[in-house]
Amino acid sequence: MIELSDVHKSFGSNAVLRGVDLTIAKGTSMVIIGGSGTGKSVLLKGILGLVKPDRGTITLDGQDVTRGDRDAFLARFGMLFQGAALFDSLRIWENVAFRLLRGSLARPKAEAREIAIEKLRRVGLGPQVADLFPAELSGGMQKRVGLARAIAANPEVIFFDEPTTGLDPIMSGVINDLIREIVTEMGATAMTITHDMTSVRAIADNVAMLHGGKVRWTGPVSELDETPDPYVQQFIHGRAEGPIESLR
Amino acid sequence: MSILSPVASLGRATLGLLASLGRVVIFAAQIISHIFRPPFYPREFGQALLQIGWFSLPVVGMTALFTGGALALQIYAGGARFSAEAVVPAIVAIGMARELGPVLGGLMVAARVASSIAAEIGTMKVTEQIDALTTLSTNPLKYLAVPRVVAATLAVPVLVAVGDSIGIMGGWLVGVQRLDFNSAAYIKNTVDFLEMWDVTSGLLKGAAFGFLVALMGCYHGMNSGRGAQGVGRATKSAVVSASVLIFAANYLLTELFFS
Repeated sequence: MIELSDVHKSFGSNAVLRGVDLTIAKGTSMVIIGGSGTGKSVLLKGILGLVKPDRGTITLDGQDVTRGDRDAFLARFGMLFQGAALFDSLRIWENVAFRLLRGSLARPKAEAREIAIEKLRRVGLGPQVADLFPAELSGGMQKRVGLARAIAANPEVIFFDEPTTGLDPIMSGVINDLIREIVTEMGATAMTITHDMTSVRAIADNVAMLHGGKVRWTGPVSELDETPDPYVQQFIHGRAEGPIESLR
Repeated sequence: MSILSPVASLGRATLGLLASLGRVVIFAAQIISHIFRPPFYPREFGQALLQIGWFSLPVVGMTALFTGGALALQIYAGGARFSAEAVVPAIVAIGMARELGPVLGGLMVAARVASSIAAEIGTMKVTEQIDALTTLSTNPLKYLAVPRVVAATLAVPVLVAVGDSIGIMGGWLVGVQRLDFNSAAYIKNTVDFLEMWDVTSGLLKGAAFGFLVALMGCYHGMNSGRGAQGVGRATKSAVVSASVLIFAANYLLTELFFS
């Protein structure tokens, strides 16, 4: 279980998080929604320990994320980055097996390659892409490789940062379905940041909306459409008019 | 207030410079502290050695060849004013080994390598590859910076040695072909006057310059701003700071070795 309690974070005079309280139960899929610049990525990086909160606590299974063995802690996570963040100089299979080739989870090269090809197959890519470089793949294929890398070491927690950004609607649907299937079959805890309401409905068990540096609303995805919260309603229906200020 | 504002600006600039210097020193100390601690990345080290050492050979070699030739012409023309044309082989050899070989070699490597390291690491930062490394339990400093800095520190002295040889050969070519020196006498003169310390001091300078070049490339890359403009600025800063540091270090090392 991931628990955030009264988390604050500022960058200079810009207070991005102003007391975030959120609980993500083990084995569930939480989707964080909210406008641009509301601190969704900062929240995610805070859980990973990439950004240190100014105040408040973030715990994973009761353990403070800023303390303890970092390697062991990070080994429990997988993450799909917005632009896939594949390493240009490495072949596709080496990207997928990155964690399996070094550090505490290291194993023989042949075994790591075999696992990488199996994970590529899981995300719908054949073994013929294993020896290509990231620049030789389309955006959608890169996202799939990023997803394969995120699940390569069978993590307990998987983060997805804008998983469908820049993809066409069909490829977005494919990625959403893959995420849902993989999270369910692995029994992993998932946290996704997205603006894409189709993704929200496809991926989420629970949804939290971030606004003004705080969690404005949280609840099961089934209650999202019925909530009377005007902020949520404006956001999910993409209305220009409403309590959320928009620049024209 | 307006009278004091230039002083305040100067103070701010000085504090900013000192803060930057402090950050660079801490960054260098972190790299050095990681050199002998596992995990090691031999593949990344090998690739860096190839990129920095082997692929810099043509540019360093060409620079040294033309510099050695021009040096021979200049010393001959200058020496002719007081009938000292015979010093050409000795001065070319000493000049190349002590000064021009390491400094010009270092500058060429700075232009080629510091820019490429800063652009590569800067792009990795902008595209979240550095964050990805961290989430994959890999220390970006250890994986990206340490192999490059160690490779440059080891490769640049070798480049300097090759550059010295080619530069001296450039002087010999001009001396024999243009200035009518006897080939055997030119070589004998070079060997007789060149001391081991001339060469060794140049190689030590090369190691220091290699360290500085890779350090600046890595530092500016890892602190790159956002977008193409940020990466462009990091690249420019890496080359400028590496070049200035090479000149400063060259003076300090010359004082240390020869004063």
